[in-house]
Amino acid sequence: MITELGHFALVLAFFVAIVQSVVPLVGAHKRWPGWIAVGEPAATTQLLLVGFSFAALTWAFVTSDFSLQLVTLNSHSAKPLIYKITGVWGNHEGSMLLWVLILALFGAMAAWFGGNLPPTLRARVLAVQGMIGVAFLAFILFTSNPFIRLATPPFDGQDLNPLLQDPGLALHPPFLYLGYVGLSICFSFAVGALLEGRVDAAWGRWVRPWTLAAWVFLTIGIALGSWWAYYELGWGGFWFWDPVENASFMPWLLAVALLHSAIVVEKREALKSWTILLAILAFGFSLIGTFIVRSGLLTSVHAFANDPERGVFILLILAVFMLGALTLFAARASVMEARGVFGMASRESALVANNVLLAVSCFVVFVGTMWPMVAEMFFDRKLSVGPPFFDAAFTPFMVLLGLILPVGAIMPWKRARIGRALRTLRPAALLALAVGGLTWAMQTGNSLLGPVGLFLGAWLVSGAAVDLWLRAGRTPARLTRLPRADWGRAVAHSGFGITVLAIAGLLAWEQEDIRVVQEGESWQMAGFDLTLEEVRELPYNPAEGRNYYSTMGMITLARDGREIATLTPEKRNYPIARMPTTEAGIDYRILRDVYVVLGDPQDDGGWAVRTYLKPLANWIWAGSALMALGGALSLSDRRYRVAAGARKTKPAPATGVPAE
Amino acid sequence: MRRLILILALLASPLAAVQPDEVLDDPVLEERAREISEGLRCMVCRNESIDESNAPLARDMRLMVRERLVAGDSDEEVVQYVVERYGEYALLNPRATGANWILWLAGPAMLLVAALIAGLYLRGRARAKPPSDDGLSADEEARLKALLED
Repeated sequence: MITELGHFALVLAFFVAIVQSVVPLVGAHKRWPGWIAVGEPAATTQLLLVGFSFAALTWAFVTSDFSLQLVTLNSHSAKPLIYKITGVWGNHEGSMLLWVLILALFGAMAAWFGGNLPPTLRARVLAVQGMIGVAFLAFILFTSNPFIRLATPPFDGQDLNPLLQDPGLALHPPFLYLGYVGLSICFSFAVGALLEGRVDAAWGRWVRPWTLAAWVFLTIGIALGSWWAYYELGWGGFWFWDPVENASFMPWLLAVALLHSAIVVEKREALKSWTILLAILAFGFSLIGTFIVRSGLLTSVHAFANDPERGVFILLILAVFMLGALTLFAARASVMEARGVFGMASRESALVANNVLLAVSCFVVFVGTMWPMVAEMFFDRKLSVGPPFFDAAFTPFMVLLGLILPVGAIMPWKRARIGRALRTLRPAALLALAVGGLTWAMQTGNSLLGPVGLFLGAWLVSGAAVDLWLRAGRTPARLTRLPRADWGRAVAHSGFGITVLAIAGLLAWEQEDIRVVQEGESWQMAGFDLTLEEVRELPYNPAEGRNYYSTMGMITLARDGREIATLTPEKRNYPIARMPTTEAGIDYRILRDVYVVLGDPQDDGGWAVRTYLKPLANWIWAGSALMALGGALSLSDRRYRVAAGARKTKPAPATGVPAE
Repeated sequence: MRRLILILALLASPLAAVQPDEVLDDPVLEERAREISEGLRCMVCRNESIDESNAPLARDMRLMVRERLVAGDSDEEVVQYVVERYGEYALLNPRATGANWILWLAGPAMLLVAALIAGLYLRGRARAKPPSDDGLSADEEARLKALLED
């Protein structure tokens, strides 16, 4: 019954979305206040309906209702409750429902917090958001309905893919979608502003918090996925340049570009049409990402035929929204006259350089991702584009970006002197050179990766420190009173530096050891003594939350004769899904992780054991966390709350209550 | 999503690649073998190098690479040997030949174009006259009035 109500709510949400996309738009055009006002309740209603529908599906998963096809295919009664819940989005249909739920959430938030927007702009933004809702609700209802019943329900389900039964991967999709779908609001703002025919500093200020929020979530989502790959996949890789990963990385790059160019719109009323274009493209890449993941087009060209309906449907959505928005852009871009005037050397031009590098690097990832398909279709060459290409073609852009970032961040608006900025940064440059040089002198081998990476990281972090120091007028006492946006900028920039440094360090100095070990045998690696004490077999016992068989190695890790940790790498076997997984045994340390993987039993009774030393591994995600934190700090800055406060004072009688 | 899971499943087959019995005694040769295998694609996997994959075919390819190295081939000869047997598809690093120049030059060419456009834009901004600050437009007047009345 609840299932049917959920299904019904979804259909209803579809019709509400249609109303939301038509009525406010007409109202805004004809200036009919009643029609304009429809947007807000419609957005709220849509959120409630989709939310109910999602809750109904979750209920079916929690109660293991195997009369639902989706539950049968993706759940099992013996699964821990947490993975029954996360299993809701561990499949195509459920994850699309989550996608639409987040879309409706962002729409409703735009309605609730958009009180300071001109009513017509708000109506148009909500209408565009409604149109995206219509498209994706139709996609769910017509091609990917999660509420399909089975005529003869089976006794039990087929279990969720064991790889998804993991806390990291359970949280990865919601964050990723909050980021992906969050960019839809920027798109709606861009199209709304084009319809309105007006882009000014205020528009820049409205769109920036949404971009920031989406970007923060996207950063967390990507970092979670990469961390999961590190500890779960069994050799400590963290990024594979897989099409599915690239699909999330491209919108991330454009979101970074967008949140920087929106600053120029807000502060200097320049780069308007470019910012609008970026907002459109960023969401376009989200849609392309959705298309890549859902259609399977890029797994191989032929896989397209497996799922033609869904792939074509999303391609159609992509085409309609992108063509529509870009046509509108072409027609209206000329009215967006730039006002700000600035010199060739200025913070504005540094931000332009930032945008050029980010947009082109995104383009490189895009070309590399699509090339195998293009080459096969047009040049009859069946080839692969893998990590070596992306490492070579993408990295230079990030190095350039890292080099100019600290300089750009301290340059004043309008007119700057590069020489002066460089002089101010001299301590940072000297420190970075010292770090890089020391690394070069201390390492064995001639690889430039480590020294250059550490130089760049130190340059970015110390550059961010100089930036803060200047903002505080070189007075320590003022540091605590700086606006949060300043802290956010410094924290996010140094987070970028730390991630760069960590990736370079890990790739440059990773060590690996492969050997056969008998129980009780010891071996050494980089100053650590490891002993395989024993290998245990743990039985299948769902009551203890263990819905798998496990072969667990007990390995003690010692240093200078002192035991410091016990590592328990596992080989798991999930009997229902009939799939094996590995769990690495990791000793997380500040400077380097010791990472042990238990392999197959050997003929002589020993076990294949792989030991890795992963320098600076944690710093990759610590840096990502700092980037997200920096975004969150900026988001909590007073000037955005001032705007929210102004809304609250509005209904009060006009007695001149000052807005904060 | 189910396909995504399948991809992940293929990526995450238990235990990575190289088995202890495959490792060559000569550390220099082994190092070269690892480097070469990182650039070769496991033909039956999804976007995995033979160094990372534990598919039987990947093992065969790894052994083949090591055999050729022991036989005295140079790195290029080994790679050429693999390409002759498995085709260009086995290379994770696409060769810069023929149409692949488009792929390799797309980034640098785009950077040039973007830098040119950005440079022209910046020059335009540097030479532009500041907008006249003599008063607000009628629209802005109305909005200001509305705000002040609030």
